[in-house]
Amino acid sequence: MIELNPMIIFVAAIFTNNMIFSNFLGMCSYIAVSKEITTSLGLGQAVTFVLACTAVINYFIYYYILIPFNLEFLRFIIFIISIAAFVQLLEMILERYLPNLYYALGIFLPLITVNCAILGVSLFMIIRNYTFLQSFAFSVGSGIGWTLAIVALAGIRQRIKIASVPKGLQGPGIALITTGLMALAFIGFSGIVQIQ
Amino acid sequence: MSNILIPTVIFALMSAIFALLLTIADRTVNNYGEVKMTINEEKEYTVEGGSTLLSTLIEEKIFIPSACGGKGTCGYCKVQIDEGGGPVLATEMTHLTEDDLKNNVRLSCQCKVKQDIKIQIPEELFNVREYDAVVENITDLTDVIKLLRFKLPEDAEINFKPGQYVQLKAPIYEGNDEEVYRAYSIASSPTMKNYLELVIGYVPEGIATTYVHRHLTVGDEVSINGPYGDFHYHDNDREMIMVATGTGVAPILSLLNYMKEHNIKRKARFYFGAKTPKDLFMLDYFKELEETLFDFKFIPTLSRVTDDDDWDGERGRVNNAIDKLLEDGEDKEGYLCGNEAMIESVVKSLTSKGVPEELIYYDKF
Ligand SMILES: Cc1cc2nc3c(=O)[nH]c(=O)nc-3n(C[C@H](O)[C@H](O)[C@H](O)COP(=O)(O)OP(=O)(O)OC[C@H]3O[C@@H](n4cnc5c(N)ncnc54)[C@H](O)[C@@H]3O)c2cc1C
Ligand code: FES
Repeated sequence: MIELNPMIIFVAAIFTNNMIFSNFLGMCSYIAVSKEITTSLGLGQAVTFVLACTAVINYFIYYYILIPFNLEFLRFIIFIISIAAFVQLLEMILERYLPNLYYALGIFLPLITVNCAILGVSLFMIIRNYTFLQSFAFSVGSGIGWTLAIVALAGIRQRIKIASVPKGLQGPGIALITTGLMALAFIGFSGIVQIQ
Repeated sequence: MSNILIPTVIFALMSAIFALLLTIADRTVNNYGEVKMTINEEKEYTVEGGSTLLSTLIEEKIFIPSACGGKGTCGYCKVQIDEGGGPVLATEMTHLTEDDLKNNVRLSCQCKVKQDIKIQIPEELFNVREYDAVVENITDLTDVIKLLRFKLPEDAEINFKPGQYVQLKAPIYEGNDEEVYRAYSIASSPTMKNYLELVIGYVPEGIATTYVHRHLTVGDEVSINGPYGDFHYHDNDREMIMVATGTGVAPILSLLNYMKEHNIKRKARFYFGAKTPKDLFMLDYFKELEETLFDFKFIPTLSRVTDDDDWDGERGRVNNAIDKLLEDGEDKEGYLCGNEAMIESVVKSLTSKGVPEELIYYDKF
């Protein structure tokens, strides 16, 4: 495998291998929280933070505990537990020190636990044999990419609110169609860099 | 053997580490310790930090009106927080007016007590208690209105001003999966400290009223808290113009009973508005009060009588009766209870006769 520069992975994770537009991971909170730019920006930041931290934690767990004991097959369940514990911890810390963000996120913060993008990033970094630096760049990039996607959708949805969307398509329906169009637009970036 | 043992041990160990971390965080990050709560600059409480202000107050047996049970949707639980409330949260914004924001008024069910806190609450709220009352009697006043009498526990007493209301808790029952509190004006006189009487009308598909009308029977226990409210008897010599429609009669009953028991010598007129004769109730009792009270007149008015009805009282809406019978508003004050439309039109009639607006007291049901 060619050694990919972490910087390349970082840019690719944002644009060409965007979690939402090319992997379609983390869709539930993406559709649910993308009604307002401010809240979706908050959630995006939280997801980015959780992604970066859990990728680091899971990296160490995988290479320093699971591999030495030949327990790679446990990675799914262990990653899920570590992500869940981390989100719980984050919730307590936010509530204490950033109550406004905590209340703005409300029910969605615990939902990050079951955001498949988070587990996806941890699993991708292992499947793709990334080094520590590459993994970190990949996770931060993925988080920023996810944020970019949700904030862009929120911006569009705020506009759609005043448009006359056919009744059956209002809400999640039009959001999914919009996402499809945005994904097509993002293909335009694919000439820049490609990662595996 | 070790094939099974090692994964199990490692898995258990890692779970234990995460659990330990969370427990430590719970003890440190989530521990706000003991904090001081100062109410009205005089009463000091030492309370455990970490819960909402509303539940902290309830812990201390101080009851703030709250109709949604702390979900941040009713906007009743407003409290002035002078110090230690933290930033105004997004969840509060929908219920706070500009004046509220200027005066540090917040929703107590949303703010958490995390540091020393100074709050202001109306003095009357210290009087508010929670009672487990037993239904002692249910009487049908009309097809859709019942009079209920509740007995308070042996050692409990309720102190209220005539006109105030209590909150009744409707529990979860078949067809309703949430606990709700609803306001009901006290119909009994404050001298009866051991009983409460409420007049409760049926609202189709209403949570609390369906509970009262369809499920409650004599002997059942209900949770009531109170008293609350600024609508109450004002002691002076002005003539009283009382107006009620439907269940709005409840607080008027309390006022009249109070006046009768204390032998208060004040001129009073009571306009009872309804649609048809069957919507009127307790007519005999009000007639009797005309004899026993100092100078009291009962004026029932019906808006939907036909010539076939045997009716020699006033006709039309209550505000028409007031327009017709009230000479001038001087030295008078108004006590109105009922629906919004009635209150608005009666306030208009009274002010046009010269009753000062600040002397017109009302509860909108
Ligand atoms: C200060 C105060 C004193 C009150 N005193 C009394 C009293 O003495 N006796 C009494 O019966 N009620 C009184 N009420 C009204 C009472 O608190 C409840 O609002 C009412 O009983 C309906 O409650 P519910 O849970 O059955 O209906 P909900 O479940 O709250 O409402 C069900 C549906 O009915 C509608 N609805 C609610 N109330 C009414 C209404 N009055 N007329 C028409 N539609 C309505 C709602 O919009 C909703 O769609 C008082 C209210 C206040 C604020
Ligand atoms: S209790 Fe209803 S808003 Fe606070």
